[in-house]
Amino acid sequence: MSLEISSKVIEPIRQTYDQVARHIGEGKPASRYQEATIGLQPTTNFHYRPLWDPEHEVYDESRTAIVMKNWYDFKDPRQFYYGTYTIARAKQQEVAESNYAFVEKRDLLESISHEVRQKVRDYLVPLRHVEWGANMNNCAITDFGYGTAITQVTMFNTIDRLGLAQYISRIGLMVDGNETTSLESAKEAWLNNELWQGLRHAVEDTFVLDDWFEIMVAQNIVMDGLIYPLMFERFIDELSHEGGATFAMLTEFMTDWYAETIRWTNALIKVTASESDANIKLLSEWTIKWSDRLTEALMPIGKAAFAGDGDVAVNEVKQQLLERLSKQGLDL
Amino acid sequence: MADNVFLILQDNEDARPIIEAIEQDNQDATIDYQPGMVRIECPGRLVVNRDSVTEFRGQDWDPMELQLNLVSLSGNIDEDDDYFALSWSS
Amino acid sequence: MAVKKKLNMRKRYEVLTRGMGWDTTYQPMDKVFPYDKFEGIKIKDWSGWEDPFRLTVDSYWKYQAEKEKKLYAIIDSFAQNNGHLNVSDGRYVNALKLFIQGVTPLEYGAHRHYAHLGRHFRGEGTRVACQMQSIDELRHCQTQLHTLSHYNKHFNGMHDPFHMFDRVWYLSVPKSYFEDAMTAGPFEFITSISFSFEYVLTNLLFVPFMSGAAYNGDMATVTFGFSAQSDEARHMTLGLEIIKFMVEQHEDNLPIIQGYIDKHFWRAYRVLALIAMMQDYMLPNSPMSWNEAWQIYYVENMGALFNDLSRYGLRMPKYSDVATAEAEHLSHQTWSDFYNFTHAASFHTWMPDDRKMDWLSEKYPNTFDKHYRPRFEQWREMEKAGERHYFKGLPQLCQTCQIPMFFTEVMSDPMKISRRVSMYKGDRYHTCSDGCKDIFENEPEKFIQAWLPVHQIFQGNCGGADLSDVLKYYHLNEGEDNMEYVGSPDHKRWQEWKGEDKQDETATG
Repeated sequence: MSLEISSKVIEPIRQTYDQVARHIGEGKPASRYQEATIGLQPTTNFHYRPLWDPEHEVYDESRTAIVMKNWYDFKDPRQFYYGTYTIARAKQQEVAESNYAFVEKRDLLESISHEVRQKVRDYLVPLRHVEWGANMNNCAITDFGYGTAITQVTMFNTIDRLGLAQYISRIGLMVDGNETTSLESAKEAWLNNELWQGLRHAVEDTFVLDDWFEIMVAQNIVMDGLIYPLMFERFIDELSHEGGATFAMLTEFMTDWYAETIRWTNALIKVTASESDANIKLLSEWTIKWSDRLTEALMPIGKAAFAGDGDVAVNEVKQQLLERLSKQGLDL
Repeated sequence: MADNVFLILQDNEDARPIIEAIEQDNQDATIDYQPGMVRIECPGRLVVNRDSVTEFRGQDWDPMELQLNLVSLSGNIDEDDDYFALSWSS
Repeated sequence: MAVKKKLNMRKRYEVLTRGMGWDTTYQPMDKVFPYDKFEGIKIKDWSGWEDPFRLTVDSYWKYQAEKEKKLYAIIDSFAQNNGHLNVSDGRYVNALKLFIQGVTPLEYGAHRHYAHLGRHFRGEGTRVACQMQSIDELRHCQTQLHTLSHYNKHFNGMHDPFHMFDRVWYLSVPKSYFEDAMTAGPFEFITSISFSFEYVLTNLLFVPFMSGAAYNGDMATVTFGFSAQSDEARHMTLGLEIIKFMVEQHEDNLPIIQGYIDKHFWRAYRVLALIAMMQDYMLPNSPMSWNEAWQIYYVENMGALFNDLSRYGLRMPKYSDVATAEAEHLSHQTWSDFYNFTHAASFHTWMPDDRKMDWLSEKYPNTFDKHYRPRFEQWREMEKAGERHYFKGLPQLCQTCQIPMFFTEVMSDPMKISRRVSMYKGDRYHTCSDGCKDIFENEPEKFIQAWLPVHQIFQGNCGGADLSDVLKYYHLNEGEDNMEYVGSPDHKRWQEWKGEDKQDETATG
């Protein structure tokens, strides 16, 4: 059958799906991010109560104390849906891969002092377990959260955290010529060394929180907001001053990832807080509770990792975090 | 006779060296072209070897790349650095 | 420094996946993982889990990004070139409507619930595998929305798929199946979706359908379908590995798993009635009939699978023989039903033309001419006489699968409607088959909760008592989304695009 379409203009009868149009306004073209996000989650007429939690529906707003009129008011500033997410990460991993290959090929870790390498084994490699915990927590939010605008981001975050744990593990392997000794000693430290027990205790406590938004605050806002600036920025800077700049290259993925992700968490807090005073109160309480707890947990690690001024560093990152969150509308 | 395992690949340029390697390395494999896809069946076991695909393609091929063109399969999977295999144990 | 060790793929994957988790001590493990014991599945050693595809996250990003780039290049060019004009016939698009209403939301449900498993299984390797599947399923949902977005701009019926999924009568079939699995324990869910659905039946959903899309000139759908299938191959493997893992862990697991396989084979199979109809009737050109696909992908391939699994003591799902006997009837009976109820459906139906009737006669030599062709020819005559009929009134639904009671006694009397009745706490519950009756009676407390669309209409929970009220509740635009294809707005637009003679209304298809 031949087509004679070249001279015809084919007018669309609608611009996008109705669930998107209801949100952005009728007659407007929608972005791929919007079509991939808005209104995907079922909201009503659930058939059966979960055998494993009969108190709740399959998807249930009451799994958090945070109240939103519209759970699609959240917007990821990066506009990540699966395609844009994987393509962005593929680019970053390509850079990371060439960094790692370069370091290995040139044996760059060889020229770094034993002391600096030992610091990496002692204070950086155990963070793979923190990332693993972050993976579990983000997966929990993806499970129990409400609305795709949040749960798809935590899904991407779940995989990111596994990827980050794997990059940290690779640093551990590289430090020991592909032997797993530093991974084993890091796990031993994570499980038994007094230095890490406050943090592990806190991480384990986040695993059993009932309210997924509290997990969000404890993990993605507070814990990350303390550990990334402390360990991947300040600690790595310190290593660089001691001749370990190669580790800055190997943790570039982490610092880039954090700088990018913080744009989302800021937006998330801002939107949630601007919804109601009740939300501000909850978010602020959770922030204070977890920032106090985690600052205390990080103090021994900070003191051991930084020469002399570890407590100052920990307190400074805490202050910066609280100031940043105050700007998003929290009452701290 | 052993039950068939199968592998279905998209019918595109990337799949050609894989199919050629399968034909070479699996004497009992049958290859059936259907709209948009190629269905390869073989009694008992079917293997895709890294070296063979690399040779037909002229560039190194990692068995993990198989999944770029995979449509479906059946059989127990065994994958390593050098090959990807499907088999029934019975 | 010593010569650097090279890690092979297996070892590398193990190091980068296992050993990152730990047995919690500040919180009891049973509180951290509260859901993986109540089903009675006994796992002695989670590390016995074998990862079939050893994808680290960096490789995952790399390969998936490559797939996405290829797919979106095609989606873009499809839209720019108005690729919808190249499909074999406007009728074809109705298969896509059913797909986005009934399948795309399932991808979403799978995404969310694999995240549940990805958090709550105790084993590290199993969790990671579930997380990968969770994000893949999100991919499938989104790529389907993006691919079909262009069709939605030019055809009716697919404008509000998620709203409809939660409400429309025939969509409660896939919805209730998935929610049945999601509300069960994690081992039942993974047996249901990874094994019974993905491994045993998904080939029947995707392979002939996507091959059918290729056959009908729909390159965008072929591309998203095959691109999704490349992930499905990983998911199917998860399904097989998890079954082997569970039965290897403890002998007590075998009867539980066999029960899950039986139940969810039948639940998932019932959903595929919609697919059988798509394949045989909605595709203007069908590369393969439902019955042929059933013989290859179920009878032959699953026969091989269960031969392999017999060493663990597993057998073919119960009522496989009924499903195989139904294969010669399923699509005809389902299409008949939707033809009668298409005034309440968000897609069009029509009677097959002579060419299609002949194809059906050829593909279904035992049943089509004997039972269905005369009926369809009569309906076609009625259409020509201006008496296209719709069934007034509401059908009775099966309490388990929620499909109207139109299946028949295929093993004994194929023209007799199959009905089963169960009593529970003094009430009667109707089911369509022995398979659905067994499922109901094994878990009556669960299945009496079912949100049955027809009951809900009678109870006034769907906008009102009139069909118009109900259609409004569905967000179904009367006279646009529903009714006969011939003469529909979609049909008229198609004819305008193609410059077809409006008098010759029944010539295509």
